[in-house]
Amino acid sequence: MSLRDLRGRTAIVGVGTAGCGEAHGMSDLEILSQAAKAAVEDAGLAMKDMDGLCTANLNSAMWPLNVVECLGIRPKFVDGTNIGGAAFVAHQLPAMLALNAGLCDAVLVCYGSTQRTATFGRKERTAARNILDPNPFEGPYQPFNPPSSYALIAARHMYQYGTTRRHLAEVAVAARKWAQLNPEAFSRDPLDIDTVLKARMISDPFSAYDCCLVTDGAAAYVMTRADRAKDLKKKPVHILSNATAAWHRSVSGMRDLTVTPSKESGERAFAAAGLGPKDIDVVQIYDAFSINTILALEDLGFCGKGEGGPFVENGAIAPGGKLPVNTNGGGLSCVHPNMYGAFATIEAVRQLRGECGERQVKGAKTAVVNGNGGTAASSQSTSVLATAGAL
Amino acid sequence: MQTNEQGGAEARYQAALNEGRFSIQRCNDCHKHVFYPRVVCPHCGGASLAWVEPKGTGTVYSTTTVRRKPEAGGDYDVSLIDLDEGVRMMSRVEGVPPAEVKIGMRVRAKVVDNKGAGLVVFAAEEAK
Ligand SMILES: [Zn+2]
Repeated sequence: MSLRDLRGRTAIVGVGTAGCGEAHGMSDLEILSQAAKAAVEDAGLAMKDMDGLCTANLNSAMWPLNVVECLGIRPKFVDGTNIGGAAFVAHQLPAMLALNAGLCDAVLVCYGSTQRTATFGRKERTAARNILDPNPFEGPYQPFNPPSSYALIAARHMYQYGTTRRHLAEVAVAARKWAQLNPEAFSRDPLDIDTVLKARMISDPFSAYDCCLVTDGAAAYVMTRADRAKDLKKKPVHILSNATAAWHRSVSGMRDLTVTPSKESGERAFAAAGLGPKDIDVVQIYDAFSINTILALEDLGFCGKGEGGPFVENGAIAPGGKLPVNTNGGGLSCVHPNMYGAFATIEAVRQLRGECGERQVKGAKTAVVNGNGGTAASSQSTSVLATAGAL
Repeated sequence: MQTNEQGGAEARYQAALNEGRFSIQRCNDCHKHVFYPRVVCPHCGGASLAWVEPKGTGTVYSTTTVRRKPEAGGDYDVSLIDLDEGVRMMSRVEGVPPAEVKIGMRVRAKVVDNKGAGLVVFAAEEAK
């Protein structure tokens, strides 16, 4: 079986989010449960129908066990792969294989984190992770990660291609303009380029607005085979393809800082889907930092290498621009609870269903989702999605 | 043949640094240099890696200034350095303000003491 053989044979049939922004007093598992329940009900299914599970969490090495116990499910297929925030896009391929091999009938992909409001917070968790999973060849230099690693990537892109801080700011401002159309987005205050440029610097060339939000949030979606999907409650969104590339762990292990794993995952995903960038109506890119959007647009082929800065100029990816990118406001302005991949997927599904209200991209039939994982564009996973009519 | 008594590649690298010596590896099979230190060559899969002393010179491949409050020690540099042997490492460039560290700058390694452990940092090379 090739990736091409799986084209369109799996669909996302239910989506749900919970606890986005601030979920005071709640645990990771509690908001995950709420999102899972919402996704299952959105599909018109019951929790007991979930006989496949994909999930991961930054703080727990055996997280799928926490989830099966809490939800009371006994899945026949489990994938707990954690390659960072791209995981919740990368989970699609093993789930597609399991579903189409008949190993299971419905896979629940789910995530939840209350990193923003948890009493045992980010600082303690980061310190604990550095003890459990040290990087002896970077740690002593105290990069402020993840911002510093992506800042090194951005600095090199600027040096090689003349990308400017203003280009980066265009990405942040576009994300904010979409967020202003999304009642669920966390940051909706007006934002302009000068404000981004003059804001507090974090790790050059990034100011605070070049960096993703730190919020709580949970997201879940349900996958099933296309034959089963057509009888369910909502209009199915078909997965034409999914491909993942994992290249390194740390920024010092990244060979060319201006080329990301999306170059590989995107090529494989587009080839299997039989589509190219020009066929795509709406794009959801995991924007951990402003540079991620520029790099993904280049590496997925929406523009040439080094042209990402000029590509996003003059509101080109903002509402009303030439390409709708991150229509929920992205990780920069909508929600970013440590790992964002599932949220990008859900926004693509909502767009293809036509559920997006003021921010709806009219007539959207195809979407690309590009997950990003790790502290240095370490892993990326690309999916091409389409409505039944665009199969 | 490396023995357990001598430690693994990471332990041997650090032990040499603690004595003030900066060493990297070179693969006896494909002859490429390797950093960070490993027991299997990431280029060819070979398991015969020799320790060699690098020239110590390199070029700044990318750089960032990490912002920190003055009372916590102030801003500092984090850079990626390409050694002339063709390997890359994270480090910092000392002796110039962080904002003056530039991509393409020629730098030279030195081993300094970092809380009792040897650490490789770089200084800008004098212009000839
Ligand atoms: Zn070799």
